[in-house]
Amino acid sequence: MDIPFVVGGQTFRSRLMIGTGKYRDNETMVRAIEATGADVVTVAVRRVDLDRTAGGSILKYLDPKRFFLLANTAGCYTADEAVRYARLAREAGFNDFVKLEVIGDQETLLPDVAGLLEAARTLVAEGFKVLAYTNEDLITALRLEEAGCAAVMPLASPIGSGLGLLNPASVRTIKRRLKVPVIVDAGVGTASDACVTMEQGVDGILMNTAVAAARDPVQMGHAMRLAVEAGRAAYLAGRMPKREVAVPSSPTEGMLD
Amino acid sequence: MEIVVNGAPRTVSAGATLLELLNSWSLDPRAVVVEHNRKIVRRPSLGDVRVEPGDKIELVQFVGGG
Repeated sequence: MDIPFVVGGQTFRSRLMIGTGKYRDNETMVRAIEATGADVVTVAVRRVDLDRTAGGSILKYLDPKRFFLLANTAGCYTADEAVRYARLAREAGFNDFVKLEVIGDQETLLPDVAGLLEAARTLVAEGFKVLAYTNEDLITALRLEEAGCAAVMPLASPIGSGLGLLNPASVRTIKRRLKVPVIVDAGVGTASDACVTMEQGVDGILMNTAVAAARDPVQMGHAMRLAVEAGRAAYLAGRMPKREVAVPSSPTEGMLD
Repeated sequence: MEIVVNGAPRTVSAGATLLELLNSWSLDPRAVVVEHNRKIVRRPSLGDVRVEPGDKIELVQFVGGG
């Protein structure tokens, strides 16, 4: 029915990847993630709190044998900083994948594409499988692919905005032109956004806030699972052409006098 | 002697290894990654590296994120 979802040589069951930030508590997070059916979960690298006032490691709640841990470089504003975080993440010993973020602006959290390309080249040379968070610019996406990224991750809209897919045509163009997987990351707000995004033919979606900040994250996790499956199935099915005039669905023959 | 751990000054016993420091803070070496003066120290080497006064140590772990 569908081709396998392979990123960096690794096959994943679900085309939905899920973030682990901003849940009200860890129990809700685990139940919501289970409801999404995701096998890839993103995590951030942060300082240990020696005074034990903060939460501690997320690995207490997420079994690394069950979930594929995709570390991010969220919060990094330079290529050097992102490379440093990626190296630390790899040293944790789970895999050599990294979701590379080099942020360029605090208000919009839009990527710094020059820093992103620089960091991507460095990390690819060090053997990382780089999944690069970028904007919907085709040329940047092509350069990231040339740099050897395992996947390119254009945004639907800014991180945490919930505005949905603002630029479907650009995302379709990126998908059409790239050979590596295209995974839309950030901006999905609700199930219809996820469905429309998958209908563009992209390989997957990564989301966090849409699930974590829903009134009922477990229910939203379930909705997102269905939406991603529905959008993918609709893309594979091929939608009917749009028409400006009506075409009857029932026979025009056989009507009564 | 004084070193800097995660950006804050901390007093530790002179000549301690990184592994001894982790143990003294009840940290599981398998659950943290250690950077010593900007250089990552792999787990098998934690017992071999001794800290000097003024050394900068970063201890990181995975937390929730998107």
